Amino acid sequence: MIEVQHLTKRYGPTTAVDDVSFTVEKGEVLGFLGPNGAGKTTTMRVLTGYMPPTEGRAVVAGFDISDEPIEAKRRIGYLPETPPLYPEMTVRDYLLFVSRIKGVPRASRAARVNEVMERTRVADVATRHCGKLSKGYRQRVGLAQAVLHNPDVLILDEPTAGLDPKQIIETRQLIKEFGGDHTIILSTHILPEVSQTCHRVVIINKGRVVAVDTPDNLTARVRGSETMYVQVEAPAPADVQTALAAVSGVTHVSLAETRGPIAGYEVNSEAGRDVRRELASAVVVKGWGLLELRPLRMSLEEIFLHLTTEEVAHE
Amino acid sequence: MSNMLAIAQKELKGYFASPIAYIVIGFSAILFGWFFINLLYYFDRMAMQAGGGFGGPQSVNVNESLIAPLFLNVSVILLFTLPLVTMRTYSEEKRSGTIELLLTSPLTDLQIVMGKFLGGLVLYAAMLAVTVVHMAFLFAFGNPEWRPVVTGYLGLLLMGSCFLSLGLFISSLTRNQIVAGMITFAVFLLFWVVNWISTFTGPTTQAVLNYLSITEHLNDFTRGVVDTKHLVYYVSFIAFSLFLTVRSVDSERWRG
Repeated sequence: MIEVQHLTKRYGPTTAVDDVSFTVEKGEVLGFLGPNGAGKTTTMRVLTGYMPPTEGRAVVAGFDISDEPIEAKRRIGYLPETPPLYPEMTVRDYLLFVSRIKGVPRASRAARVNEVMERTRVADVATRHCGKLSKGYRQRVGLAQAVLHNPDVLILDEPTAGLDPKQIIETRQLIKEFGGDHTIILSTHILPEVSQTCHRVVIINKGRVVAVDTPDNLTARVRGSETMYVQVEAPAPADVQTALAAVSGVTHVSLAETRGPIAGYEVNSEAGRDVRRELASAVVVKGWGLLELRPLRMSLEEIFLHLTTEEVAHE
Repeated sequence: MSNMLAIAQKELKGYFASPIAYIVIGFSAILFGWFFINLLYYFDRMAMQAGGGFGGPQSVNVNESLIAPLFLNVSVILLFTLPLVTMRTYSEEKRSGTIELLLTSPLTDLQIVMGKFLGGLVLYAAMLAVTVVHMAFLFAFGNPEWRPVVTGYLGLLLMGSCFLSLGLFISSLTRNQIVAGMITFAVFLLFWVVNWISTFTGPTTQAVLNYLSITEHLNDFTRGVVDTKHLVYYVSFIAFSLFLTVRSVDSERWRG
């Protein structure tokens, strides 16, 4: 549904987006994860036809955004970081205006606006001026504006930024509801959001794609395997390392820290294989003291940090 | 076409939802009324003198002595009011981020620019419509020729369109509407006074400066003459400004 190939965007000497490629399948919810200034907004602006790419191309719903912008834009709904509301218009007038410029046929405009207002739960403020709405309502009117013309693709830039926890949950719920009919790209720098709402994640940092995968796979991929932390009291750490490495299923053992006779080891094992029992007995059999044995899990937060800092280190 | 009208309607609603439309129409009505009264007294005095045989002109023509100068005075009103009309057109959309909605909707840049121009033009036409009342009085109590009146309005519409298109372009250059308004006012003023120096320059420079002056081209219209020369000037001025606006919006996309 969305195909991005070698997208690069430069502003003068600065490169905001650098050779970004990814695809999004129909009905998928793709999360765009990255710190502020990573190039998320720029990528989305290119995808929506707000600005042209310096290099590369983006195809949305079968139309190249540079070659056939009008056709592509008909199939995109976009919620920018700040909802593009006209403060002097009422919510209904605003949505009627948007439905008109988005090409909703005249006959079905009023009905469509009502339907979308119900769905995004803004019907109760239909006659209020957009400028007088609370942040939560503004965001929902912004979302309503994006889905009015029933686009194939929804692009949402930080849809939950600045909302209170209750509003965040409501907005996520809405996004999930829309996920069935629309292909969605949403950007965020809030990590739990990605695992909760997205099928797949693109991690972007300094304009580059660092990783593209499902949230689960990402976790596994960064770990590469299962990792255990083992703390052992033994006279010679080298012996422990050899003993641990000898356990079947263990791929790698590294010394993490030492405090006198006590040493901590990180033990990697084949993915999906639980080697805790074997590790424990390997230590106990030698008569060493097993002080600690726990799996090392990386939260998305850590993955994110890991991936983005790793990328910088490569540069 | 429908897209253009949608934008134009939105612009127009925006003018009337804010004080701008009322200020522009109200104050121009007051100023026009003031000019009208002044010229009417002056005309009245001249007519009395002509009729009384105090050595004044044999007869005075209401078109020449009242309506034509009145139309020329309108350019002063435009100088002050039209920057108010155009200063927010693009600046405000850029500042508030609504430009993202317009530029990501299935609209061409030309449709957006034309829509905004049309919106401003309708407001300007409403401003002129108020002055029709004054003209109606002249027709009711005198017998002016209607042709110079019609061509005068045509000239005013064209001249105003020049100001509007230029203001639109200037507004597209900045996200600060005060800056846009100030620059627009300064540039309007420049186009208004550009030929003041022409009496002190050589004939070629004089011709060029006179040609550049927006108001200079209005003269013939107020006398009932529609000269192609002036039409070409006004229409190409408008077209060029609108073209620049489209380019400016487009270049904004590149610069981000």
